[in-house]
Amino acid sequence: MARAPAFPDPEGYRRRRLMDLARLLPLLGLCLFLLPVLDADDGLGAGLLIYLFAAWFGLIATAALLARRLCAASAPAPDPAKPGAEAGGQEGAE
Amino acid sequence: MISFDLLVAICLVYVVFLFGVAFWAERRAARGRGGWLRSPMIYTLSLSVYCTAWTFYGAVGYAARSGLEFVTIYLGPTLVFIGWWWTLRKLVRIGRTQRITSIADLISSRYGKSNTLGVIVTLIAVVGTTPYIALQLQSVTLSFAVFAPGGVGPWLASDLNSASLTVAVGLALFTVLFGTRNLDANERHHGVVTAIAVEAVVKLVALLAVGIFVVWGIAGGAAAALARIDASALAGMPIQPGRWAGLTFLAAAAILTLPRMFQVLVVENEDERHLATASWAFPAYLFLMSLFVVPIAVIGLDEMPPGANPDLFVLTVPLAHGHDGLATLAFLGGFSSATSMVIVAAIALSTMVSNHIVMPLFLNLSRHGATMSGDVRKLVLRSRRLSIAGVLLLGYLYYRLTGGSEALAAIGLIAFAGVAQVLPALLGAILWRGATRKGAIAGLLAGFFVWAYTLFLPSFGEGAIMGATLLAEGPGGIGWLRPQALFGLDGMDPLVHAVVFSIFANVLAFVTVSLFDFPSPMERLQGAQFVNVFDHSSAGQGWSQGRAEAEDLLLMTQRILGAEDAQRLFQRAAAGQGRQGYLPEITPEFLQQLERVLAGSVGAATAHAMVGQIVGRSSVSVEDLMAVADETAQMMEYSSQLEAKSEELARTARQLREANEKLTELSVQKDAFLSQISHELRTPMTSIRAFSEILMEGADLSPQELGKYARIIHEESLRLTRLLDDLLDLSVLENGQVTLNLQPVDLHDLIERALAATARLQGGHALRITRDPAAERVQIVTDGDRLSQVFINLISNAQKYCDASAPELRISVRSTAEGVAVDFTDNGSGIPQKSQAIIFEKFARLSDPRSAGGAGLGLAICREIMLRLGGSIVYRDGRPGAAFRLTLPREMAAAA
Repeated sequence: MARAPAFPDPEGYRRRRLMDLARLLPLLGLCLFLLPVLDADDGLGAGLLIYLFAAWFGLIATAALLARRLCAASAPAPDPAKPGAEAGGQEGAE
Repeated sequence: MISFDLLVAICLVYVVFLFGVAFWAERRAARGRGGWLRSPMIYTLSLSVYCTAWTFYGAVGYAARSGLEFVTIYLGPTLVFIGWWWTLRKLVRIGRTQRITSIADLISSRYGKSNTLGVIVTLIAVVGTTPYIALQLQSVTLSFAVFAPGGVGPWLASDLNSASLTVAVGLALFTVLFGTRNLDANERHHGVVTAIAVEAVVKLVALLAVGIFVVWGIAGGAAAALARIDASALAGMPIQPGRWAGLTFLAAAAILTLPRMFQVLVVENEDERHLATASWAFPAYLFLMSLFVVPIAVIGLDEMPPGANPDLFVLTVPLAHGHDGLATLAFLGGFSSATSMVIVAAIALSTMVSNHIVMPLFLNLSRHGATMSGDVRKLVLRSRRLSIAGVLLLGYLYYRLTGGSEALAAIGLIAFAGVAQVLPALLGAILWRGATRKGAIAGLLAGFFVWAYTLFLPSFGEGAIMGATLLAEGPGGIGWLRPQALFGLDGMDPLVHAVVFSIFANVLAFVTVSLFDFPSPMERLQGAQFVNVFDHSSAGQGWSQGRAEAEDLLLMTQRILGAEDAQRLFQRAAAGQGRQGYLPEITPEFLQQLERVLAGSVGAATAHAMVGQIVGRSSVSVEDLMAVADETAQMMEYSSQLEAKSEELARTARQLREANEKLTELSVQKDAFLSQISHELRTPMTSIRAFSEILMEGADLSPQELGKYARIIHEESLRLTRLLDDLLDLSVLENGQVTLNLQPVDLHDLIERALAATARLQGGHALRITRDPAAERVQIVTDGDRLSQVFINLISNAQKYCDASAPELRISVRSTAEGVAVDFTDNGSGIPQKSQAIIFEKFARLSDPRSAGGAGLGLAICREIMLRLGGSIVYRDGRPGAAFRLTLPREMAAAA
């Protein structure tokens, strides 16, 4: 398999950082959603409700922007994904 | 309040409307005009089958009982969807390229097409889904009961039962009609998906309408609603961290593993880019669905009488405020949630049951079955329909058996935990090449067993399946095996306890067995294809129009059959469809016919793969590839045989041609030989005749003259004799009739003998011989007489033809690796280049025959002798004089 160049053009660099963001976003979401657990005893209240839905909305908005950018960026290229970076637990080759 | 009959009528109209939508969408899709029906929005909306009646009605009830915890059911899927780049993208790509029809199919084909795994996953899915279907039937029935005629009081059990049966039968009918209309290779159901999208809009609008009514209509604005939340009984209800995290995980797992979710997410996916839209649009849908849940619960708890079922607040709050229209809309929303879930679940389950249980059983029972494709199609459709009916019957029976108990309400999460057992095998399938079939089986069974032991069986209540003592003290009094407190962990929530232990056991068994197992070649192939799917496939745009497909099919067919045949085939097919002058419609019949025709040229498997590539947009499976390789191997074998045969023919033809040329040449040679020989015989004969005539007539001849003439006659007859001797000798040599007298000889002696023999013949020229006697002392095994004949010939040639003023012949002997080389080189002018080629031919004489006195057979005889002796004689060009080289083996092979 041909290796990607070590220093891709700015466009390719941007696309990869977008993919990084796509991978990191659910982790951010997980942190945001697990935050209420840290102060579990406070329980349900208007503040918590607002926080939760605001965080949720923020995630959705970011995901929407990201999906649009990713589609636009990956449309000309056949497939930007590097399977090696796809999954942590995967073997390289047999 | 709205009359019950009117409600039923509205409900029926709605159902008819859904039928119409599904029918219309099917028609459109069949005509190849998908248009916006294949848009990402429809895809996103179809994903809303996640939100069942349990979430439509139940979320409010859940919030009323446990506060904010209900939201985890939506947070988990949100995380999975905004993290689509991790797993969903890969899952969808695999589903498309491998023609995956269900989650059981995915697991089974990843792990080497293992039907055992297919059956296990199917059974888990059935066990996990049946209670869920029962739950939907219950919620629809309960919501009907809310509108029951007030005069006659609450519904009796029989009414509820008949209502749920009616709903179940209606749903079965719808699902059979639109879920098994055709047996599409890619299992997409445009009608069903469109109807579900409509239902998704209805339930979202209904819930939002109720929420808006509650917040702005009852509470009096957002700020006031928030204030009421803070003041309500729910305020300060603590979050249980274990359940919060556990339920988030469970919901995230469920969105991947629930059969109905897999159906809409992967199987019904039209275009990978739809997933990008769904990655934010579906979380947004969930966001909107849960936005007003807490306000509705709070207002419901405040406004409704104590003891009112909080699960039905969505209906009862608007009804209590006299908003019949809103309540009816809410009812339709709940009805939509229930029906869409049941329809998709039934389709997904029936596909799995029919593909992994019914069909293998049937094909095993009747071995002859799979030969005619038409039969199997019909059979598959029938088994699908029966499976759908069976799944709904199971759900109905479950509902009847548990009788709408509280246990049923809790079953939603229990079912989630059950199907979540597929998660390790699923993630392993797409992320880990080392995952094996045995590992997956071990993990699934371990997880399923622990789940059943710790959660599912205890859920029926004490004494139902598990006795009270078993629950309290463990099996046989072993305390650390208590179902709800394994290893003594009794401080945990039962659900979290079960999830932690079942998933742990599952992953442990899966990973351990996989690590120590060695996968079969099929598993390894499939594993590579699944895990590295982005290497093997491209997102390539498919064909959106049937027209494009027909053209591409034609192009492909032309490449295989040739332009004329292909066009004739397509024209005939088009004429058969009544479309003269156009390309034919891509009907299954046409494809079958085309495949058959192509199979004649490239083999059945290849033809299928090629047509599938163009029409199905799916890649070729490993089995297809193997079949193709088989065919190719056969063809290569055949063509290599052909090639060998044609080579043999060409060789034979060449040999024949050569033989023919040789024959022609021989014939020419024979003619030349005959004319030569007659000429050679004629010359001495003429002079003998002439002189003998003179002798007969002339009595007055002087004695000198007599003597002279007699000598001439004598010489000429000697010449004749010599000629005849030579001819005889040559013929003997050429025919191989010569007998060689092999013995050890010394080259020096042979040369001495030859020189002695030629010295007698020596005429006017005095030939000086240069030799190196030391080098001549070579012993070889050969026929000495024949070899000295060659020497004599060469020496006498030099005597006759060397034209130098002081003729000199150098004889040199050299030992080589192969044998001995003897050179005869004189200092004359040599033989001109153009004549060198013919000197070894018979009767080749370069000068006037009279002067030489030979018949021109000498060198020809030499050549024949040397050949017989296993050596050769060549004329060496580029020397100052005439130079001949003899080569001889040291020891002649006895065979010669």
